[in-house]
Amino acid sequence: MTSKKKTIKNIKIDVDKCNGCRACEVICSSFHAMPKYSSNNPARSRIRVIHDPLRDIYVPVYAGEYAVAECAGRDKYVIDGKEYDECAFCRAACPSREEFKEPDSGLPLKCDMCEGEDEPLCVKWCLVDALTYEEREEEVVVEEEDTPDEIEIGLETLINKHGLDKLLDTVEQLAKDKS
Amino acid sequence: MRYAETGYNLEIDLSRGNIEKVATDPKETELYLGGLGTNAKLIWDRVPPEVEPFSPDNLLIFGAGLLCGTPATGCNRTIVSTISPQTRLLAFSMMGGFWAPELKYAGYDKVVLRGKSPDLVYIWIHDDKVEIRDASHLRGKGAIETAELIKQELNQPKAQVAAIGMAGENRVYYASIEQGRSSASRGGIGAVMGDKGVKAIVVRGTRDLNIARPEEFLGLCNEVLDYIKYREEHPIPGVMPILAGLGSPQEMKVHDEKWHTENFMWGNSRERRKGFWTDEIAKEWTETMEKARTRLISCFNCPMKCGATISMPGLPTYMMKCFTKLTYTMGAFSDLDFGLRIAQKATEYGVDGFSAPQVMAFAIELLENGILSKDDFPGMPEDNEGRFFYLLDMIVRREGIGDLLANGTYWAAKEIGNGAEEFAHNNIKKTEQLPLKLSMLNPIYFLMYSTGEKINITQIEGQFPQAPFPTREAREEFVKDWIQVPDDRFKQYFVDWELRGENSMPFYPTVEMCCDIVDWQERMHYIDDALGQCAGLSSFPLKPPYHIHNYPKFISAGAGIEMDEEKLTAAAKRYRTLVRAINIRRGMRRKDEKPPANHWKKRFPELEEQLLDAYYKLKGWNRDGIPTAESLRELGLDYVSEDFIQRGILGDDEAADPTANQQAATAQ
Ligand code: SF4
Ligand code: SF4
Ligand code: SF4
Repeated sequence: MTSKKKTIKNIKIDVDKCNGCRACEVICSSFHAMPKYSSNNPARSRIRVIHDPLRDIYVPVYAGEYAVAECAGRDKYVIDGKEYDECAFCRAACPSREEFKEPDSGLPLKCDMCEGEDEPLCVKWCLVDALTYEEREEEVVVEEEDTPDEIEIGLETLINKHGLDKLLDTVEQLAKDKS
Repeated sequence: MRYAETGYNLEIDLSRGNIEKVATDPKETELYLGGLGTNAKLIWDRVPPEVEPFSPDNLLIFGAGLLCGTPATGCNRTIVSTISPQTRLLAFSMMGGFWAPELKYAGYDKVVLRGKSPDLVYIWIHDDKVEIRDASHLRGKGAIETAELIKQELNQPKAQVAAIGMAGENRVYYASIEQGRSSASRGGIGAVMGDKGVKAIVVRGTRDLNIARPEEFLGLCNEVLDYIKYREEHPIPGVMPILAGLGSPQEMKVHDEKWHTENFMWGNSRERRKGFWTDEIAKEWTETMEKARTRLISCFNCPMKCGATISMPGLPTYMMKCFTKLTYTMGAFSDLDFGLRIAQKATEYGVDGFSAPQVMAFAIELLENGILSKDDFPGMPEDNEGRFFYLLDMIVRREGIGDLLANGTYWAAKEIGNGAEEFAHNNIKKTEQLPLKLSMLNPIYFLMYSTGEKINITQIEGQFPQAPFPTREAREEFVKDWIQVPDDRFKQYFVDWELRGENSMPFYPTVEMCCDIVDWQERMHYIDDALGQCAGLSSFPLKPPYHIHNYPKFISAGAGIEMDEEKLTAAAKRYRTLVRAINIRRGMRRKDEKPPANHWKKRFPELEEQLLDAYYKLKGWNRDGIPTAESLRELGLDYVSEDFIQRGILGDDEAADPTANQQAATAQ
């Protein structure tokens, strides 16, 4: 284990300022389309706004690390008399919920802070300042082990969903088709 | 591939329970753009003038604007079109919020309802899965309540619900369709939805919406956002606060109501209350608003926060937008606390916030003037506020006198007789208007009131200042960065416009200038209504981010339809004329084109005739307001003139006009 300087990127969320417009969802999904901006679909967004206007709940949540397994405990929260499953506010894509997954492939989504842009686009498009971008340098202890890359995460999700055998079969089939 | 639009409509026949996904013709989009434009085309093609509003053959169309669901800021309007029970003409009411983009993401541009369901149903659209579901358990439920119950029942917290309340179920002529923080209110479209037996349309979509030229389109969106930021920091000087910024009038934010409460009429457009706005009232109303308002909220993809969540003690939460804040208060000569409480009920019942308070005030006035008697209101409480709550209940249930009142002041007065018609004095084309009564005729507003097909003044005005600025310097300053004008001549019109003297109302702006100004304002509204753009960022405020110069670029880059200012102007004129043609075919004529008789104290009958003549001419309509065969041909609307000739609306000779034929020949 070593220690090195790392830039921590962070989006500060001020739920008091959010007006529930979902501009952040729009621009996030648009930015991550291939080619860039060629389509738009909030269901693919890496940020989403938990929105329950009659109970004044406006919580933008952006996608964190993929959770391979379901979490053990799921607390309930009561906000203004209505009960919410902890899941609703969780930042992870996991086998047991639909959130932060590509709607058609089921692959997990993760906020990448809009790699390549000066500023995260959801922050830029949120004109009411509910989202603020923060950067800070931090001494961190780095585990030697790499974090899994997107393909790995993707494969793992597929294994969880369909089982290893099925996945291997499919890969074999595809390989045959291509050759 | 289709861009910005999905290329599919959902056609639902409620009588047979049949659901079809129908591909649309991209050529139609090029000609009529979408939203209102293509809605009007469907109504022209499929709803002949014999069809009554409450006939199974009347269509009820929910059209998402062409650019809805794209990243274009504030583009989120659902345009609902049908034949109105109140006016018997085309109604095209709009709602903001979240419904139209969700429909696009589900893969459809429109939901077209025809027929009538024998039982109360709701429609559940989830991408490719579309179902008609039983709604008998929702009968009598409030519109917001219904939305909550359905979302729970389907376990779909993200679904968007457009629903009617009891007023729609009972076919109140001014029933609205409610959708969370928005509603489509004018023209009684909620009554047609109720007549079709549809309690709600619920939609959830997770599909992609494509953009033709992505980078360019995003560049345009970013320009709009930058401009919104700039305007927030630089409000227009010299105009009243609600005109200085962008968005719908910020009624939920603004506490100072001196202007509205002292300039608009109270009761059923009865009485102006100068000096009403005292410090005491200001304090009381501010407290009421601050206690009630939980949060300012926006529509889909827009930062403007024109609405608010309202929780009155002891009442369920609801969301309010715009001017409903004052309509009930002023209709009943009451206070804001009452206004916000009754609006909660009215929103659940689903009634138009303009018409409903006017109708209730009208009933009270008939009672006070002996035209109706106490016996007509059995069990009515004595206190003022109680009487309004009572009337609202009677109306939405169509009980007793409420059954007549549910048809609006025009039809109710006719039925009641005995001088009641004198009291229904604030209608245009049978619909209640904003309670304004002014001194001197305003020729620009005269034209907008009289000829507007939308039959709602607040949705026609916008691009040109409402009054001249006091000094020439201020006017010159204003026009300096007025990039939104289609032509520099508009700047001159404004610079030369004086408060008093030769260049003042009613003879300046001149007849020609007035026509020019109104035509421009109307064009912008019609473009918005086809694209699904909120008027609050476009046609309604001064110096908006969307205008005639950037719209063609949005359409080209977004929808992939090559567009320039001329082509866009022609398209807007085409479906504007088609909207008129629908109404002409239903009997509307020049005689119907007039503001309420006592709207202005000082009238100029000759000038008014000149204004109408000149405006009709500019529009390509004959003296009776009927589009001429020649102008129809120029717009590619020959099918309209053929129909007019067949029905005897236009004479045979008008088609055989040799000059017209020649023009058609050279155009080919
Ligand atoms: S853009 Fe901002 S205000 Fe709008 S939903 Fe997202 S966080 Fe909230
Ligand atoms: S930072 Fe970028 S990737 Fe992350 S949620 Fe915001 S827009 Fe999406
Ligand atoms: S300007 Fe106001 S009304 Fe218009 S879309 Fe934005 S929030 Fe909605």
